[in-house]
Amino acid sequence: MSAVDFGPGHRVLRIGRIWLRVQPRQLLLAALLSVLAAALGLYALATGDYTLGLGEVLNTLAGAGEASSQRVVLQWRLPRVLMALLLGAALGASGAIFQSMTRNPLGSPDIIGFNTGAYTGALAVMLVFGGGYFQVALGALAGGLATAAVVYALSFKNGSEGFRLIIVGIAVSAILASANTWLILRSELEDAMSAAIWGAGSLNAIGWDQAIPAAAVALPLALGAMACTRRMRLLELGDDAAVALGINTESSKLSLLVIGVALTALATAAAGPIAFISLAAPQIARRIMGSAGVSLAYSALLGAVLLLASDVLAQRVLENTSLPVGVVTVSIGGVYLIWLLLREARRQ
Amino acid sequence: MTLLAPHQPANKSDQAKAAHGSAGLAASNAWKSAALALCLGLLAVALFASLGIGAKAIAPLAAGQALWGIGTPETLVIINELRLPRTAIGLLAGMSLAVGGALIQALTRNPLADPGILGVNAGAGFAVVLAVAFLGITHISQYIWFAFAGAVLATLAVYLIGSRGRGGATPARLTLSGVALGAVLGGISNGMTLLNPEAFDRMRYWGAGTLNNRTLPMVGVIAPFVILGLVLAVLCTRSLNTLALGDEASLALGTNIGLTRAVVIVAVTLLCGAATAAAGPIGFVGLMIPHISRWIVGPDQRWILCFSMILGPVLLLVSDVLGRIVVPPGEMQVGVVTALLGAPVLIWLVRRKQASGL
Repeated sequence: MSAVDFGPGHRVLRIGRIWLRVQPRQLLLAALLSVLAAALGLYALATGDYTLGLGEVLNTLAGAGEASSQRVVLQWRLPRVLMALLLGAALGASGAIFQSMTRNPLGSPDIIGFNTGAYTGALAVMLVFGGGYFQVALGALAGGLATAAVVYALSFKNGSEGFRLIIVGIAVSAILASANTWLILRSELEDAMSAAIWGAGSLNAIGWDQAIPAAAVALPLALGAMACTRRMRLLELGDDAAVALGINTESSKLSLLVIGVALTALATAAAGPIAFISLAAPQIARRIMGSAGVSLAYSALLGAVLLLASDVLAQRVLENTSLPVGVVTVSIGGVYLIWLLLREARRQ
Repeated sequence: MTLLAPHQPANKSDQAKAAHGSAGLAASNAWKSAALALCLGLLAVALFASLGIGAKAIAPLAAGQALWGIGTPETLVIINELRLPRTAIGLLAGMSLAVGGALIQALTRNPLADPGILGVNAGAGFAVVLAVAFLGITHISQYIWFAFAGAVLATLAVYLIGSRGRGGATPARLTLSGVALGAVLGGISNGMTLLNPEAFDRMRYWGAGTLNNRTLPMVGVIAPFVILGLVLAVLCTRSLNTLALGDEASLALGTNIGLTRAVVIVAVTLLCGAATAAAGPIGFVGLMIPHISRWIVGPDQRWILCFSMILGPVLLLVSDVLGRIVVPPGEMQVGVVTALLGAPVLIWLVRRKQASGL
């Protein structure tokens, strides 16, 4: 008897003792999404104030090309594109972890107050103490992690029950959101606006200096997330069933929580609290793939495509103005989710 | 219900658990009535505090007399022009938000749901941003119609999106379409304000939620909507009680699910649209008060609604009074204070007892 319904049409690939359960349809769709991501990436590398042809971009990426296009493509645009993909994937994966853990489509790192706390930390640095990119990132990280720790500690009582975690998370975020509103109301208009732009989430300040540390942090997190996938699936069956199947629920939940928070923390520290990707990517991925539950890998892939597409739009939609990417992610993510819901309704 | 497919077993067991040990703190009807009387007393205290406390303190007796036109001219102006409208709006908005929250949590069977989930706040905010940025509207009494229209249109759109297809507006579909539309409208509003400093400045104050600078005509504008909404809410409590058992059981008990959903959504729209129009988006009341009411009285919607209707204004008015005195000479917006005041209570309650989900 299989404990988990993997949906119709799966195949099992075996090489000796290593096996992998795959669904050809999902793999094909994942490949298509990757191609889409690559195409968007090339478009982002080629266009902007200084437009290049596709051939020039590919040449430059291969190491040839003029010095000027080398600088534009490799120094300015490439780190931004890579970071959009990386942070989008991180957000998508952390959304999948939280939605699976809370068994709630509204579950996201926000429920344990991470983003609100990060915003509080960043606002404190920007509006009260004053500081640059790395100080703000550090403040956001400290604020977010402290909030997550407080929420987990306050909700811990004979184990961390999902419902109590959610309620405590809401309560703590509400307090911090009030503090944020108050900080913004008390400050000068100009400071308040730059704080709000950070709060929307923006990739404008990204270069190699920011991208390399982020990538170094992302790698171990990705490995950790992959190691947790099976336990995540079993936890979805409910705590009792998971225990019966030999899972230590409390330690599994804690490690999932830590990885989920760390993935969000990475994205928030690097680019501000970019909204909606962690909420929408798992749901959109599920609908595209037709999978039984939220899937970590596909959510990450979809998050990457979503953030890159949003960033391209954010830079191009208005002339001479680069919107914060977070403004666009909520808009296009929301429109797409509505379209998916409508399409689903028509098919029934 | 494709959305929640893997989550179903867990939800069912949660529901079973909730139904099993679900009596609230007040188990019998006598205790519930006593608790209700206590809450009414709290409300009376909150109302008088809201009339009496502020930059100029006025004794409860003098405040009561001023309502009947007796007292010094200064007192009359302060009470009748400033604090009475403010208190009345606080009362109406508190009732609306809490009852709206209770309805939407019962309908979607989701303890995370609040009125904002149907796009009320996002719709109202979007309409106000449009009014400020493109029509150059600057006065608060003019926002009210835009906010109300925005809230109603957004909720209507959410309902239309969520109710397409077979099965109609299931909780999961409603929730997701509300979140999606809210995100779109919120994102566009945010983008517009970030490009327009003047609109940003106005919206940061409107968005905090405040009862300050309200007038009696504004009370007259929202009161009919609130009353109609409350009547509709009371009418559908029985159907909501059966909905808690799940769609099939509810159908078997003779509930018209589609009609109930439609009526509840109309009620929530009227209530929360009016409250948001009058006081701005105040988030925490609609989320927290229904939970607290449920913990006091258990899962019966009739009692939950009663308690929400009383505790909502208590929280809002007490927060408003605190906001007036906490940072002199200025004021702290009521939307800021509600969370600061309410969240610790919520944490204490959820840790204190075996809190029921829904």
